[in-house]
Amino acid sequence: MATATDTLVDAPRSSSSERTMRDVRPGRVIAWTLLFLGGVLMVMPIVLMLSTSLKTSDQIYDLRIIPASPTLANYVSVLTSSEFIRWFVNSTVVAVISTASNVFFGGLVGYTLAKFDFRGRYIVFLAILSTLMIPTEMLVVPWYLMASQFGWLDSYWGIMFPGMMEAFGVFLMKQFFETVPDDFLEAARVDGMNEFTIWWRVAMPLVTPAISAMAIFTFLGNWTAFFWPLIVTTSQDLYTLPVGLSSFAVRQTVQWEMIMTGASLATLPTLVVFLLLQRYIVRGVMLAGLKG
Amino acid sequence: MSVAAEPRRNDHARSGARGLSLHAKRVVWAWSFLAVPIAFYVVVRFYPTVQAFWLSLTNWNLMRPAQFIGFENYTRMASDPLFWKVFENTFLYLIIGTPVSLLLSFLIAYFLDRVHFLHGLLRALYFLPFLTTAAAMAWVWRWLYQPVPIGVINSVLSSIGIPQQPFIQSPSQALYAILATAIWAGMGFQIIIFMAGLRAIPTTYYEAARIDGLGEFAILRKITLPLLKPTTVFLVVFSSIGFLRIFDQVYNMTTNDPGGPLNSTKPLVLMIYQSAFSSYDMGYAAAQTVVLFVILLIVSLCQLWIMRTR
Amino acid sequence: MRRGLLTAALAAGLGFATLGSAQAVEIQYWQYLYPSRVKAMDQLIENFEKANPDITVKQVTFPYANYQTRLVAAKAAGQGPDVLQLFYGWLDNFVGGQLIQPLPSEDFPAKEIESDFFPIVTAMKRDGKYYGLPTAVRSLALFYNKKLFKEAGLDPNKPPQTLDALVDAAKKTAKHDSSGNLTTEGMTIDMGGQDHQWWREVLVRQFGGQPYTDGDRKVAYDDQAGLKALQYYIDFDTKYHVGKPGFMDEAQAAFRGGKAAMTIDGTFRLGSFADIKSFDWAVTELPANADGTRSNYASYFANAIGSGVQGEKLEASKKFLKYVSSPEAMKIWLKVVGELPARKDVALTQENLNDPILSPFIKALKYAHTTMFVDEEAQRQVAIDMVNRILLENQDPKASLDQAAKAEQQIIDRQTGK
Repeated sequence: MATATDTLVDAPRSSSSERTMRDVRPGRVIAWTLLFLGGVLMVMPIVLMLSTSLKTSDQIYDLRIIPASPTLANYVSVLTSSEFIRWFVNSTVVAVISTASNVFFGGLVGYTLAKFDFRGRYIVFLAILSTLMIPTEMLVVPWYLMASQFGWLDSYWGIMFPGMMEAFGVFLMKQFFETVPDDFLEAARVDGMNEFTIWWRVAMPLVTPAISAMAIFTFLGNWTAFFWPLIVTTSQDLYTLPVGLSSFAVRQTVQWEMIMTGASLATLPTLVVFLLLQRYIVRGVMLAGLKG
Repeated sequence: MSVAAEPRRNDHARSGARGLSLHAKRVVWAWSFLAVPIAFYVVVRFYPTVQAFWLSLTNWNLMRPAQFIGFENYTRMASDPLFWKVFENTFLYLIIGTPVSLLLSFLIAYFLDRVHFLHGLLRALYFLPFLTTAAAMAWVWRWLYQPVPIGVINSVLSSIGIPQQPFIQSPSQALYAILATAIWAGMGFQIIIFMAGLRAIPTTYYEAARIDGLGEFAILRKITLPLLKPTTVFLVVFSSIGFLRIFDQVYNMTTNDPGGPLNSTKPLVLMIYQSAFSSYDMGYAAAQTVVLFVILLIVSLCQLWIMRTR
Repeated sequence: MRRGLLTAALAAGLGFATLGSAQAVEIQYWQYLYPSRVKAMDQLIENFEKANPDITVKQVTFPYANYQTRLVAAKAAGQGPDVLQLFYGWLDNFVGGQLIQPLPSEDFPAKEIESDFFPIVTAMKRDGKYYGLPTAVRSLALFYNKKLFKEAGLDPNKPPQTLDALVDAAKKTAKHDSSGNLTTEGMTIDMGGQDHQWWREVLVRQFGGQPYTDGDRKVAYDDQAGLKALQYYIDFDTKYHVGKPGFMDEAQAAFRGGKAAMTIDGTFRLGSFADIKSFDWAVTELPANADGTRSNYASYFANAIGSGVQGEKLEASKKFLKYVSSPEAMKIWLKVVGELPARKDVALTQENLNDPILSPFIKALKYAHTTMFVDEEAQRQVAIDMVNRILLENQDPKASLDQAAKAEQQIIDRQTGK
């Protein structure tokens, strides 16, 4: 599975590259140039954001991409005058725990539904799958009520509890576990492992591509989540990065260089990490897309 | 793993011997694995869903206890011009956003797939926006859309002699300006999925077609597009749901007149948010969420139906 | 052995300590998060605790946007505050939702309140009972940029005092580029800021009308006076091109950036304008109409006692409420937050009236009105949309005014259960 997608991801289709070698037509050069310009246009907002974050307030009318005299003063000011670091920590905690929980339970449920034979299996699967049809927006009012009754407002648990398990993960993992041969599991059973150990030690390692795909999606989803954290967090200390940034930007009104600095701080961590891991991420996205 | 293959037969014999008890044991294991997740889904998904339906039939507003009022919230919605405006906006996001973003993504993926030179770099350029945070980038776009002398886009426009545009300050342009932001953010994902779909098509099909003397366009029309149907359907549904639920961009780009100007950009989710958390009109908000649910359900069922008649 | 003894002694000591503090009453005070307000309250609490050693006050704060929801949620969970701050416009909701209780009239006699406080305090009165008292009040004034006045050849010490003079000054100070785009506003146009208050409670009255009747439960601005007031307001854009909605995103931002000569804003903006370095600015009373009639919009946050509070906590809460609405507390609040004292004799001192920045605001309190909002945000939105329909969609002002009146009446009727 992994190797197949590896070749899918890493280079363009071999036959097409042969064709490229065969005929370097002006049409191809034009296509390449257009693609390149389009790509530059795509990243332009990000580039402008970063460049403005390095400018002083009187330079922001100067639209040069490389600032005349770049300065980190905005970053110093934003980091010392607001709680960005705290928000960064909050987002990280929430995203990491949610991801771990989703991988664990998504894997467990997906595995059980794929590899165990018992009455009610199909119904459980359908029931879980049906939650994909329920938009989270529909649940925020009841969730809010629940959170306030149990005193979960303004806590990490309050931010995380609705997303501890997502049906998509169950679906994805089930698909992958179905491709795992039963023989491996039977062998482990013979060795006297209990079912939990078999799942954790034998089955899970066999589906690492699926795990990483799911982890990437869950992490990104939680890291960028805005709607629910906006509702459930009330004190600044518990804001996640997107919510913190939004409130920060409202307070800054037109100090655009400060807003761009905040936006950069909110965006850069994922951008850097994900650029380093681009190969795996693209593969993960492709896998999830193909299976979904 | 090499050990695995050998004792297989042996094992089958044994499990046959213990038969029932082993099976029963595994059933117990299965349900114990499922216990926590089932509890979670019941408490955090199903119960709140039922509750949302119930709340939509009440006049609960946080300040007073919920009272059953039948379908009053729904009739109120039907006679609320704001709701219809919001309904229209939401569908504009959907019916413009989905085709435009899919068409662009397909074109880019189609050509990107054939490009060898600096392929990784080009792909990264297109993929990058997908990794950004919508709430953060909404503020960047809001800045880009400002009038001169602040706004970059208007500065470029006026430097090439085009009059500056009001963008998010105009009731007629704001929705499209915000939509562009959402399309931009989602394209990276769609391009990657299209590329995966394109590469999953076996090359032998193309070779056969070429031997038959089909031109590039005929190949695209007769082979690529039909074989890409599952991918396309997946993306249509995925992005439709995304556009129907648009919120982050609108909320952040219109903070001083939420969903404005003149409600021209307000999507259903923002109306839900305002009804629930700024007017505390929880019952009315719940009724709006039920409408959103029905719309999404119809879209999802359409997907199933299309996939079935494949 | 020795360690054991020490532990025992410590435990005993702790026991006494907790015993001691158990006798003290602890009450919770809630307000929204705003640094200078929190700081001022910290000072008040410190003074209060010094004078009342048997009471401790714990301050809890939440961001403004979540403050109301948090209160309601706390009530649902049965953990509400003992004393809390609320915007006067929320009173009906809070009383209806049983979040607060009326102040005992023997401790807070209505007559005394009405003779000591500015008249706007009556907005806290329902059925003859007061539900809360403000420490400080806020009003509006005209802020102007002295540098831009000088550049336009105007006397920076003679700001406009009438509506006509305001238009003249705006015309003189506005700047346009060669293609006619506005580059500096003469007068800011921003209904989303404070202009909706200016239009409702000031302009409508100055043109001879009334924004509401029937205790602010009936919209009354959809008449000739309201139309004239609206016309006056939109003329800044449509006729004179000296202001534009959305210019620099927000009025206060334009003023702060030195790109607007005049703007109307409240006391609460003084703090953020204080660090403007690139130009001098000053404040003056909102301009009068041709007859010399002035008006203003004043608002305040009041302190109230939570609904479930009783027994010794109630006694402590009463004491605390008395202290935070005392002259001493008001003076501290003025110094730390910059908001105006709610008691007449504390506000109208010679010192305050001589203060060039405070006096326009304080003078306004004598003739200011408050709007009894039912849903401030929604009612503000009505005003924003009314102006946008005219300026962005060229709707006829009369039609837009009527539509706004209808929409606002619906909001009021729904909230008041009609």
